[in-house]
Amino acid sequence: MTTYNLNINGKNFSVQADPKMPLLWAIRDLANLTGTKYGCGIAQCGACTVHLNGTPVRSCSVPVSAVANQKITTIEGLSEDNTHALQQAWIKEQVPQCGYCQSGHLMAAAALLKRIPHPTDKEIDTAMQGLICRCGTYPRIRKAIKTAAEMISKPVAVNQK
Amino acid sequence: MSLTNKNISRRKFVTVSSLSSMAFTIGFYFPAASKGIGEIITAQNADEKGIELSAWISIDAAGIVTLLNHRSEMGQGSFQTVPQIIAEELEVDLDKVKITFAPGNSKKFGSQITGGSSTVRGSYKALLQTGAAAREMLIAAAAKNWNVAPTECYAALGMVIHRSSGKKLGYGTLVAAAAKMPIPKQVVLKERKDYKLIGNPLQRQDIPLKTNGKAIFGLDKKIPGMLYAVVERNPRFQGKIKSLDDSAAKAMPGVKQVVKVAMPVFGFTREGVAVVADSLWTAMQARKLLKIEWDDEGFEHLSTEKLYGRMREDLNKPGLTQRKGGNFDAHFQNSANQLDLVYETPYESHSCMEPLNCIAHVQGDHCEVWGPIQGPDWVQSDISQRLKIPIENVTVNMTFLGGGFGRKAFTDYTFEAVLISKEMKAPVQVVWTREDDMTQGPFRPGAVYGCKGSIQNGAIESFQVKMAAQNMDQQAAGADKTKFNGSTSEGFAEAYFKSIPNYRFADIPTESPIPVMWWRSVYSSTNGFAFESFIDEMAHAAKKDPLDFRRSHLAGKRYQVVLDQLEKMTNWKNRSKNDGWGIAITECFKTIVGEAVKVSKNAEGKMVIDKVIAVMDCGWYVNPDIIQAQIEGSIVMALGAATVHETHFEDGKAVEKNFNTYPMPRINEIPAIEVHIIDNQENAGGVGEPALPAFAPALCNAIFNLTGKRIRKLPFKLSEV
Repeated sequence: MTTYNLNINGKNFSVQADPKMPLLWAIRDLANLTGTKYGCGIAQCGACTVHLNGTPVRSCSVPVSAVANQKITTIEGLSEDNTHALQQAWIKEQVPQCGYCQSGHLMAAAALLKRIPHPTDKEIDTAMQGLICRCGTYPRIRKAIKTAAEMISKPVAVNQK
Repeated sequence: MSLTNKNISRRKFVTVSSLSSMAFTIGFYFPAASKGIGEIITAQNADEKGIELSAWISIDAAGIVTLLNHRSEMGQGSFQTVPQIIAEELEVDLDKVKITFAPGNSKKFGSQITGGSSTVRGSYKALLQTGAAAREMLIAAAAKNWNVAPTECYAALGMVIHRSSGKKLGYGTLVAAAAKMPIPKQVVLKERKDYKLIGNPLQRQDIPLKTNGKAIFGLDKKIPGMLYAVVERNPRFQGKIKSLDDSAAKAMPGVKQVVKVAMPVFGFTREGVAVVADSLWTAMQARKLLKIEWDDEGFEHLSTEKLYGRMREDLNKPGLTQRKGGNFDAHFQNSANQLDLVYETPYESHSCMEPLNCIAHVQGDHCEVWGPIQGPDWVQSDISQRLKIPIENVTVNMTFLGGGFGRKAFTDYTFEAVLISKEMKAPVQVVWTREDDMTQGPFRPGAVYGCKGSIQNGAIESFQVKMAAQNMDQQAAGADKTKFNGSTSEGFAEAYFKSIPNYRFADIPTESPIPVMWWRSVYSSTNGFAFESFIDEMAHAAKKDPLDFRRSHLAGKRYQVVLDQLEKMTNWKNRSKNDGWGIAITECFKTIVGEAVKVSKNAEGKMVIDKVIAVMDCGWYVNPDIIQAQIEGSIVMALGAATVHETHFEDGKAVEKNFNTYPMPRINEIPAIEVHIIDNQENAGGVGEPALPAFAPALCNAIFNLTGKRIRKLPFKLSEV
């Protein structure tokens, strides 16, 4: 067991962990932020996606020892009150069904929009095809990413709709 | 779905302790031997009569309305639709209402099993009547207060209003008086045209919880003092532990105990070794250090090849007739225009995004569980029976479900957690890894269908389907294997039975140690492929247009309206000869669905699905946006089972263990989906499942239309067509 400082959503968490423990379990069970989900444990589904220094990573496959003192953002850090444009777009387009995978989808989409403010369908495919939604909300995920892009560039026009 | 669990008896009313004494609580209860709708009753009357109340609606003195959702929320939207129905007749604004999950209790809530697409269709009439009865009692209380006739008053937005004077009283001020009012014997329900909430695409109230990480799924639930367990179970389903060396696992810091556990799975027990630790990660690591030798003698170690060989051979047997009309054999044998074809469908894993998990806490003769559970009332009675403790000592708490699809209606994983907690004398959360979840089953059974039929004068003269498949209902010890499978013709549009003069549906139950279970749309999920592929082949043999052929065999307004809509949305009559179009029509859980698929070859010559059109007639419905979402999701799930994934077996074990070998459709593989919901006044049908079965046959019929190639075995790779 080693003590690590994890910087999650701007807060510091001092955790005692096995160096090999995946960041996912440190976030969920040591920092008690359960919005980040376990889906496969082998970086296949993306339910555990968080940002590491602004880049999306699969927290199930990153050991906690590799990320100490770096900037980690989870779904709770996107915004707690659903004020982020993507969260609002997700609500507007009624994306989630069971909702279990949506934290990962939202974090991947947030990283995409930061990089490409108005992604094409192809760019959405490239950024999002590593993630699985068993409920099949994909058509709405695509729509919501575009809605969020609009909201960010023309916030007033969208609110008037 | 045929499992039932009705053990309803009258018991002494237990005070509704969680509800304020100043509250007006109304619901309905299920008297002994009742079928269908229970009686509506208030808390006070229930107390006097000594019966237990189904607390659907509670309004407190502050006017706060609490509605209970008695069904699981696993993505299908019951969290929204159940309250949306009650609030309509109660005349309250849905934004002003608190929604809570009802705990598992079939005596209070009737069947709570979230399966068979039954939430709305099974309870909407009772929900409407309960809401209306409460409203009438509130109106009566206000009228008495004002000394006017109730007919002079109406209710809106949580208030009773006196029409002529404009006087108003909020529900909160009326609760004490309303609770004493007689329950109306009959209530007049609103007409559909007067609905304010029902029929509207209101936003789901659970969605904001699912966009910021706040929704609590089973895996997120934490109980003070909770330990974590993972279990190494026998990979061949029925083997026994021959020897166990747990010394290395026990030596790991944080490991509390290693216990053997035998989980009941239908007619046998699944043996396993549970590692219990102070953290999930520790338990997972220590599990890898277990050394277990299994005794796998005494049952068959099947492979997919052997299993399907058996099913194909079984088609030579006469089978157990489920449904027949006319004389199939005589007419088929004498026909010059015969078809004799075989269709095959695969075994599948449910693979909910949230793997199975459950927290149990056994304390003496009491037990409490928390988890993602589709059938809380089943879990309650299962635990009560197996632990031999009174049913009221078992509390089943609901969380959100990260998917269900039938898997979380089974009580194996919940009771396994109970056994481990009992041993540990502590609350324990048992977590299944993705690999556990994907390899342990129960699976959707694969099936082989032998279809025979003949054509005369451009119409079906004879039609026979024999299904060789495991019977999900014959897995219990001592099951009667001479009984036909009641679901053999499930998925076949009912009107076909009227137009086909000679038909027979029969099944041959396949012997196999592999546990099988309902998977979204159950038998229809595989039957639909055989039925509607075969109908399409018959249309071709009859030299008829596939849509016209179905039209001539599906008399009845509802079917014709669905076909009209499909014809319109596909522009069927004027479709391009260069496009491949296929259609299919199925009926599942009282809902009729017609789907059309358009395929083409892209620049690289690869088969692509351009578009899917789905028309659903589910009768009376609540929320069209939720229905659309369910149709989209059903099509994506069907796409996966038709073209992406399959569970194989080798040496008695499931081969595919995780999403690298059991892949899922991804966002870049999803075609455009257009949905139309038919408006009518028919009884409500299911919504969450019925859009699944028609997709695979419509797709394969489209591929035939484009290429002339018939696909009779699922799954297949689009890239290889």
